[in-house]
Amino acid sequence: MNFEELRNKAVKEWRGLWESDKPLILVGLATCGIAAGANSVLKAIENELKRRGIQANIIPVGCIGLCYLEPIVDIVRPGHPRISYCQVTPEKAIQLIEDYLVNDNPRPDLALGNFGEGSFAGIPNFYEHPMLKPQVRIATRNCGHINPEDINHYIAKDGYDGLHRALAMQPEDVIKVVEKSGLRGRGGAGFPTSKKWEEARHSKATPKFVVCNADEGDPGAFMDRSVLEGDPHSVLEGMSIAGYAVGTPNGYIYVRAEYPLAVKRLQIAIGQAKEVGLLGENILGTDFSFNVNIMQGAGAFVCGEGSALMYSIEGKRGMPRVRPPRSVASGLWGLPTSLNNVETFANVPTIITRGGDWYAGYGTETSKGTKTFALTGKIERPGLIEVPMGINLRQIIYEIGGGIPKEKPFKAIQTGGPSGGCLPYTLLDTSVDFETLTKAGSIMGSGGMVVMDEDTCMVDVARYFVEFCRDESCGKCVPCREGLPLMSDILERITRGEGEADDIQKLLDIGETIKNGSLCGLGTSAPNPVLSSIKYFRPEWEAHIIEKKCPALVCKALITFYILPDKCAGCGICARSCPVEVISGGKRLIHVIDQEKCIKCATCLEKCPERFSAVVKVTGEHINVPKEPIPVGTT
Amino acid sequence: MSTDTREQIREILAPFKGRQVVLIPALQAIQGKFGYLPQEAMEEIGRVAGVSQNVVYGVASFYSQFRFIKPGEHMIKVCLGTACHVRGADSLVESLERELHIAPGKTTTDGKFSLEEVRCFGSCALAPVIVVDEQVYGNVTTAKTKDILDKFN
Repeated sequence: MNFEELRNKAVKEWRGLWESDKPLILVGLATCGIAAGANSVLKAIENELKRRGIQANIIPVGCIGLCYLEPIVDIVRPGHPRISYCQVTPEKAIQLIEDYLVNDNPRPDLALGNFGEGSFAGIPNFYEHPMLKPQVRIATRNCGHINPEDINHYIAKDGYDGLHRALAMQPEDVIKVVEKSGLRGRGGAGFPTSKKWEEARHSKATPKFVVCNADEGDPGAFMDRSVLEGDPHSVLEGMSIAGYAVGTPNGYIYVRAEYPLAVKRLQIAIGQAKEVGLLGENILGTDFSFNVNIMQGAGAFVCGEGSALMYSIEGKRGMPRVRPPRSVASGLWGLPTSLNNVETFANVPTIITRGGDWYAGYGTETSKGTKTFALTGKIERPGLIEVPMGINLRQIIYEIGGGIPKEKPFKAIQTGGPSGGCLPYTLLDTSVDFETLTKAGSIMGSGGMVVMDEDTCMVDVARYFVEFCRDESCGKCVPCREGLPLMSDILERITRGEGEADDIQKLLDIGETIKNGSLCGLGTSAPNPVLSSIKYFRPEWEAHIIEKKCPALVCKALITFYILPDKCAGCGICARSCPVEVISGGKRLIHVIDQEKCIKCATCLEKCPERFSAVVKVTGEHINVPKEPIPVGTT
Repeated sequence: MSTDTREQIREILAPFKGRQVVLIPALQAIQGKFGYLPQEAMEEIGRVAGVSQNVVYGVASFYSQFRFIKPGEHMIKVCLGTACHVRGADSLVESLERELHIAPGKTTTDGKFSLEEVRCFGSCALAPVIVVDEQVYGNVTTAKTKDILDKFN
């Protein structure tokens, strides 16, 4: 089949689904949806349809990014626009089948939005949702809309058009289009993609390799996973185009071990693409061949670094090496290798189809296009977003993310994962692009964004990231291997209330040494969370060190739980739920916590009924409470 | 080692041909079958990949995925990703340690539960998250950990 025939067949299948006289039901079955219970929703839908004898087409789709609203189910009634329903439970799904499919009531009260023109039966347009409105979806264009396990869906949505066009061009011209788009590496470093391809193309040694970095190790980041689970073909197509541009038939994709569903969907996608001649030998009848091998990582954060990743593919310990030579000259097995990230590849097909100028129309002068972010932490609407570069942090947090839950004050946003930094309120208007974020003391990184409120302790967060990097250091460079445990010990001491006056200076000194004396990105950026936190949140550090207080009430050694005698009603719930049984009391007695033995787990605070709210958490403060339980009302 | 196990190991490793490039996939295949890397398999893997046992151990111990000890019947993984951390995942680990009387990385004496800390499942919208076997539990509090364990007792 030639490409036109493939496309016609795919479009026919796709249209058939949407124009069928059977209802179409889309169920969000990416990891986040499944975690929220989408599989049991799917089962309930299947059973209910069967019980009622209703014929319907059901397709699994990827993540549309509204993670906080999962499980999401969309229903298309023949002749009607698609309606999206959120936080669907099995019971709600059964109800929707009865109400909408049987009785033609689309239940506007349960609907999130419709995908038709204008308003529909009192249901707003889906894209008017505040979380979606400011977004521009290019890398995630198909996530949540197509069945990732059906290549025809992808082809029907302009899939493999970019590869088809590229194969009719000279490889140099393909590189020129990418150059014009201004696309820079989405893994974090921001190196121009076209330059990497060009250098790999011009390296003399053969064979060459195109490698996709899908070792998304940053805690709090799941952009690549969403793309791989929701639209694996976009990555395969991007890799094939890169293979053509670089001049190699050899592709590898290195996927994190923790992403089994992404691996499964990639395997299916590779099989389907090969079957129709869009991958493998003589693609679309041309001389160009390209194969993709999947390599599963084995749990090492440092393998996100290019040279370490390549050693890992070779079956070795993933330890970074000195550069130069850069991997475009000497990469996998010492041969020219172009390494790009999942999101970078996912952008490529659309760039070829729609042109470099179109893509460069989004973004800033130096950072073109869009960027995906995993927006998490203390945020009203956590999820996966894709926004044009140049948007500011305030828009992301307040317009898209809906602000901080319970209207608590914003404290900091952490960008760039463990290698990034924490930016304070005063920098909320910072433009999100490679240069500005770096200048502010953080980095773009791969796209994790963790929002923190007043209940987040900045010292504790710094300790957390340093511990992470300490555990993940490969041990090759002495400053990283020895310096991070030193920093970690000092931070541990500070959070225990044993900080010393010169600790801040020590941390700054060791941090600088690690930055200057390490080879790879892990070491050179590991001290960033500490350095940026001290820079922007120094009073909080001093509170820990000098006053032995944790203003955010997080560091256990610095906080105390009390049961307020004038509020305790003597119900006994706290004493019964205390895991270490150190609350004494009795019926109608004011309960008392044995401070010596309290482990500060906060169970009593969580369990104390709201109408009493008798348990409080304080730092550096003593509250007078009885030593022994006494009858309620005697204080 | 029983002849049975040796047979099994040989069978699993039969498709792995090549050199060091097969080392990690071979280790993964063995662990996928046994749940850990039995000592007996290491020699065989080295032979298949054409490297010394030294190299096999060097690689296996570098990556956190690989275990050298048989895990318990149920694997409890507590996510320590950033989103889970800021929402109190540390307290969940402590709570589970108390309930199970084991430290992370260990297995209860009755072989029922293993406790592990992991860095991010990417279910950040549900933070803090714990995963027991394949089942994900979101928005977990210390008060809820006991109820979750009870389901498996």
